[in-house]
Amino acid sequence: MAEKLIELKEITKQFPGVLANDRVSLDIEKGEIHAIIGENGAGKSTLMKILYGLYQPTSGEIYFKGKPVSIKTPLDAIKLGIGMVHQHFMLVPSFTVAENIVLGVEPRKNRFMMDYRKAVSITEELSKTYGLKVDPNAKVESLSVGIQQRIEILKVLNKGADIIILDEPTAVLTPQETEELFKVIRKLVEELGKTVIIITHKLQEVLALSDRVSVMRQGRLVGTLKTKDATEQILAEMMVGREVLFEELNRIEVPREEVLTVKGIKARDNRGLMALKGVSFSLYSGEILGIAGVEGNGQSELVEVLTGLRQAEEGSVMIKGVEATNKEPMEIRNLGVSHIPEDRLATGLSKKATITENMILGYHNREPYATKGIHMNKKPIRERVSRLIKEFDVRTPSQDVTADKLSGGNMQKMVIAREFSFDSSILIVAQPTRGVDIGAIEFIHKEIIKKRNEGAAILLVSADLDEIFRLSDRIITIYEGEITGEFKRREISKKEIGLYMTGKRKGMRQGGVQDEEI
Amino acid sequence: MLKEIINLTLLQHTIRTATPLILAALGGLLTQHAGILNIGMEGMILMGAFFAIVGSYFFSSSLAGVLMAVGVGILVGLLFAYFVIDLKSDEFIIGIAINILAGGLTVFLLRSIFGVKGAFSSPDIVPLPRFRLGFLEGIPLLDTIFNNHTVFVYVSWILVALVYVYLYKTPYGIWLRASGEFPEALETAGVSPRKMKYISSIACGVFCGFAGAHLSLGYLTLFTENMSAQRGFIAMAAIIFGGAHPIRTLIAAFMFGFFDALGIRLQVVGIPSQFTQMIPYLGTIVVLFVVAKSYIRKIKKNVEGES
Repeated sequence: MAEKLIELKEITKQFPGVLANDRVSLDIEKGEIHAIIGENGAGKSTLMKILYGLYQPTSGEIYFKGKPVSIKTPLDAIKLGIGMVHQHFMLVPSFTVAENIVLGVEPRKNRFMMDYRKAVSITEELSKTYGLKVDPNAKVESLSVGIQQRIEILKVLNKGADIIILDEPTAVLTPQETEELFKVIRKLVEELGKTVIIITHKLQEVLALSDRVSVMRQGRLVGTLKTKDATEQILAEMMVGREVLFEELNRIEVPREEVLTVKGIKARDNRGLMALKGVSFSLYSGEILGIAGVEGNGQSELVEVLTGLRQAEEGSVMIKGVEATNKEPMEIRNLGVSHIPEDRLATGLSKKATITENMILGYHNREPYATKGIHMNKKPIRERVSRLIKEFDVRTPSQDVTADKLSGGNMQKMVIAREFSFDSSILIVAQPTRGVDIGAIEFIHKEIIKKRNEGAAILLVSADLDEIFRLSDRIITIYEGEITGEFKRREISKKEIGLYMTGKRKGMRQGGVQDEEI
Repeated sequence: MLKEIINLTLLQHTIRTATPLILAALGGLLTQHAGILNIGMEGMILMGAFFAIVGSYFFSSSLAGVLMAVGVGILVGLLFAYFVIDLKSDEFIIGIAINILAGGLTVFLLRSIFGVKGAFSSPDIVPLPRFRLGFLEGIPLLDTIFNNHTVFVYVSWILVALVYVYLYKTPYGIWLRASGEFPEALETAGVSPRKMKYISSIACGVFCGFAGAHLSLGYLTLFTENMSAQRGFIAMAAIIFGGAHPIRTLIAAFMFGFFDALGIRLQVVGIPSQFTQMIPYLGTIVVLFVVAKSYIRKIKKNVEGES
């Protein structure tokens, strides 16, 4: 049996109102890749932040190489050789790569002066040793997330880390970048004798990469098993606590008709830069059109233009033959467009309003819920909301509590219930399952497919490629504000689509497809 | 008449009036880099000016005056840091509170310590020593402009260089900037951002103490109520104008100092003081307007260049 490097014993972390970790005991062996999986809010990140000294446990002990240790600050963790690559990169945007890598351990010319040239050479050397290419003098803010992650890993290695914790490292990566990362992780473990702990919720990655896997649920450790004994099914059930069915979604073919036509849309982002550089596509009833792309390539701006939240500078939007370019959100809504916004807390709902108020929004001025658009009628409103709560399985103690009392999944179900109940023929759905637990994901996916089967036209924007592939009939890829490709779902692999998402391949199969197929 | 306004004295005055702005702006610039908007500089300068007089008067030493001013600056800097960093109060409100406190406290202490109202002056106050650079004495032009200033004039220029080196060439300066831009990154790198923020706030207090001492012990050796006369805010404008970069902020402070000096010169030729006192503030508004305009034009140009 391998040497036990770290042992966590009965770790409990109590936050006000939330028990984030409940008597978690876990050991990490030297030279292994140990995956920690669990749903959002299962306590994975909290546990690792305790190990890295960012949080203090309420009770419990940490043993390092058999001896009890107290890790009060990240500095203590660094001294023990523990490094952490955070989900949100800990890089100072205006600093150069070299400055970021040596942050906190700067090489010095003398007592006071930093030796920047040395920092550059340290960076170059690290880059060579670990085979991770970076430009030491580039400013971090100008680099892609994939590169930023490399810098994070190099930064951790520069501090002499032997145990590297990676928190959701693949969440923001394209399939190619993920593959690259896995190669690096394997190299670190197999050739350089490092130990890696990886937090994730993607089961396929766990199976492909790790030696052992620990599953967490609601703050508790459900169990640790050897990856070779695990299957996706077993792990999913451990995570959720009940049987999960990964069933194929049932599609019915319905007549298709062009309902949304977007032509040559150009728009700027909030910084005034061109975010959309002439985007054109059509959306048909009875289909789900997925937009695949690395976040920040114009998806958000596109959704905002389509829903009237952002002005387009050029181009046109036609909804069912009606000119709808740069119309007010309410006018667009009245043309039969519903919108699930990407950020439910910012634009999807009002946290301090009650469930009832949130769920009647958009209907509040219509008969019979309001008389002449002025006086709101309580009874029909309450009836409608309670029906929707039941229908969409929104778990809430009552319809009079404020929205911020609900979990992320239930908030999202509330927004979806409201938007889907409009009977709109066009649904613009952005990141529908972000931060939502597996049970709710299943439910939401089924609702989306149901709408499609009823003949609605659905535009789906998601950073989660699995989701795009599961739901879409047709997929278009977007890169730096331009459409780089268009595919039928079964025509392309995730790996191949990654090339279009990063602009490495372009336009090969664009156009023509829809005319032939639809 | 123009000759009486625009002459060497104007430049000499510019150097003199720019000094408290430079000192305060350097302090504020440090907190700015640490992610703290310190509008309490105004109050810090005012208290510095008052306690410089107290120290100089009672100990018959200008050094004691400066030490008092700096000591109070450190205390106020600590107070500010404690509220803003540890108690997480709104920095804007704490800044205003410090300004109001300084205004009231100095008036109160002026009465209770010196028994006077409005202003205090005494031959027992020892002014700051003037410096003469021997090698300049032979050169008429430079002699008038650069010689015979208080020590803080030269100190402020040296401090600009030191602050520049500190911010961009030392690890500590890098930590300070990281603590403002992305504190979590610094914390996970094992350095406490809280410590860096405290250091910046205390340094700001020290620099504002210098600025205050220069005001009350520099040329006039007196304290008047509200003597700082919004210099803390003009220093703030200089920081924003200079993008919190020490050299650019220095240039901005000189420019505002120039308007201040211009106001004084205009008074000499008989223009009513109600008008001349507006000059520095009017100048500030005009300059900020011009800068903002050209900045917007530049952004627009960049954007167009890209697309």
